[in-house]
Amino acid sequence: MAEPAALRRTPAIPATPGVRLLPPAARFILRADRHTLGIAGNVLGIGAAPGSCRASQAGMRAALWLGPDEYLLLAPEAEAPGLATALEQALQGEPHSLVDVSHRQTALEMSGSRAAEILSSGCPLDLDVTAFPIGMCTRTVFAKAEIVLWRTAGDTFRLEVWRSFTDYVARFLDEVVREY
Amino acid sequence: MLLIECPFCGARPELEFVYGGEAHIARPAADADLTPGQWAAYLYARSNTRGVHAERWRHTRGCGRFFNALRDTTTDQFIATYEIGQARPPSVPAQKIP
Repeated sequence: MAEPAALRRTPAIPATPGVRLLPPAARFILRADRHTLGIAGNVLGIGAAPGSCRASQAGMRAALWLGPDEYLLLAPEAEAPGLATALEQALQGEPHSLVDVSHRQTALEMSGSRAAEILSSGCPLDLDVTAFPIGMCTRTVFAKAEIVLWRTAGDTFRLEVWRSFTDYVARFLDEVVREY
Repeated sequence: MLLIECPFCGARPELEFVYGGEAHIARPAADADLTPGQWAAYLYARSNTRGVHAERWRHTRGCGRFFNALRDTTTDQFIATYEIGQARPPSVPAQKIP
């Protein structure tokens, strides 16, 4: 079934208080060791490489730890081509895999004083700020979808959702928010 | 819900994990010389332990890594988790759950 390109880029989601579809972004999956990640981090300008389940951020750019050798790099959409070239040049000779997944995922932002409580409806992790502090990120499950969850502020979460699950996740959140 | 200790991510809900079969089963070195019976034993014969069992788990919806775990198959209690490549920890019997 054909879908208009504009809808593919920014899927329509229900208007839910506290939930917002973030603009398209440049995304890369980097499979490499910490040393190589450090080189990529210099290109991104994010400083120190993130530790386990943590994100390093500088402005609109970020590197998210997904696994011991797997990182999600985020940047504004317009920087994608330049960033890909710069990363490839900097990482030359280092064993790594760099894949552009910009269009694989969409990002939702959940914010508000009850954001953690609302997300707990579908996510089995302990989202209290003591157990899931600001800057923590991880791949996990939300209802029946796989997401990357990142706490960007005390009451703000970024959800990286696979494109075809965006509708499901947004509608699920919409139904939960009706309770509040 | 069970909490499973991933060696890379810490304690996580069991929903994120997938069971990966018995651990520490090494592929025979000269596999071309094996008889069909020996090959079938390597492929299919498992210990089917009642009690403490070493098994592989994968943190599929987390860091994506395989690791090994000691689990008591009678109580479903996880006794230890450790990275692939490490030796099996001494088998401590699981504590009785009150």
